[in-house]
Amino acid sequence: MTVHTLQIDGIECAATASQSLLDVARENGIGIPTLCQLDGLCNVGSCRLCVVEVAGSNKLLPSCTTKVAPDMVVTTSNERLDAYRRTIVEMMFVERNHVCAVCVANNNCELQNQAAELGLTHFDLPLVNPRLSVDASHERFAIDHNRCIMCTRCVRVCDEVEGAHTWDVMGRGIEARVVTDLGTPWGESTTCTGCGKCVQVCPTGALFEKGRPVASTKAARPFMPYLKAHEETHS
Amino acid sequence: MTRPTIATVWLDGCSGCHMSLLDMDERLLDVLALADLVYSPLVDAKDYPLDVDVVLVEGAVSTNEDLEKIKKIRARSKVLVSLGDCAVTSNVPGMRNPFDGQGEPGDRNALPLYVRAYIDNVTDNPRIPGTGLPVHLPQSIPVHKVVPVDVLLPGCPPSADLIFETIMALLEGRHPEIASARFGK
Repeated sequence: MTVHTLQIDGIECAATASQSLLDVARENGIGIPTLCQLDGLCNVGSCRLCVVEVAGSNKLLPSCTTKVAPDMVVTTSNERLDAYRRTIVEMMFVERNHVCAVCVANNNCELQNQAAELGLTHFDLPLVNPRLSVDASHERFAIDHNRCIMCTRCVRVCDEVEGAHTWDVMGRGIEARVVTDLGTPWGESTTCTGCGKCVQVCPTGALFEKGRPVASTKAARPFMPYLKAHEETHS
Repeated sequence: MTRPTIATVWLDGCSGCHMSLLDMDERLLDVLALADLVYSPLVDAKDYPLDVDVVLVEGAVSTNEDLEKIKKIRARSKVLVSLGDCAVTSNVPGMRNPFDGQGEPGDRNALPLYVRAYIDNVTDNPRIPGTGLPVHLPQSIPVHKVVPVDVLLPGCPPSADLIFETIMALLEGRHPEIASARFGK
């Protein structure tokens, strides 16, 4: 096991070569904002909220997918990074139709929390106001694309944990959407097991249990720590 | 020396922000000890006065009437506060925005919003209601997209504590401590 030493925000850290910058930062009590990352799922670096500065690189690197290297000097927070993070969250808001007041996840939403943490009080970017659908064809669950931020946690948990791979991504750029069974209605899916893991891992109110009123979802992910422990003991 | 003046305005919102304002309870007296409330849904003034020191605006800009009002309010006020999510993001009034965008302002029969609300989804005597009502703009717009805004206070609604802090700070010439303000509740 190779051990590297590196510096994060001025703190000397020791890490094994396979660790990500995000893991090492967290082990050392340094918080980095994340949205698409969830312990127990593979990291894809899609939300870019966890970007950090690494000395010697002129690009910002996502800390969840960047492995440690010897003698790295990393900065996780400064004005420039915070400004980028605020813009990223702002873009997530204006790209779809997020209306906190009428959302099941109100007051229990990772997007809402990130906006508050980063001090995002309003949007300067123009609202896109896309006309998006709600698929309520499944017996127990529904997806409201107005609230989806394309973190792909649902896609990953369905594939990596449940093994069903019902969810996937269709389209490109701002037109990208998560879809069930290559774009057929969720209720007609022949691969969905109805396990509800996708609903549990959704950071916003995009995936929800039917019949829940506004501001009523609870972050219930009891299975994720077990999966994480399982992954660690078997890796 | 003349006393400072404050005003509150209700554009396209549910008045929940004004309810939250009233939730300041006895602290309303502290505010009124420092300033006069010269215009508000809560007082009887009909026309927006000149030289208002602080104005709190609830609601999005949704109609030609709102648009006219907010321009006059901006011209006649020193400090303008966007109060709550509807003023800040267009929030619930903005939920119609995906269904609009094609219509010409002023021509109510051409607004896809009206066609959807009064024709497409109506079975009994579908018709677009008559004259005398403010005409909706093609989109519900946040206040700061129409006129310059000095303080943005998100929240649905912002708490009475945040509203109190905002008013008092502005009357005392401080910068309001509103870092805990957030979208939604």
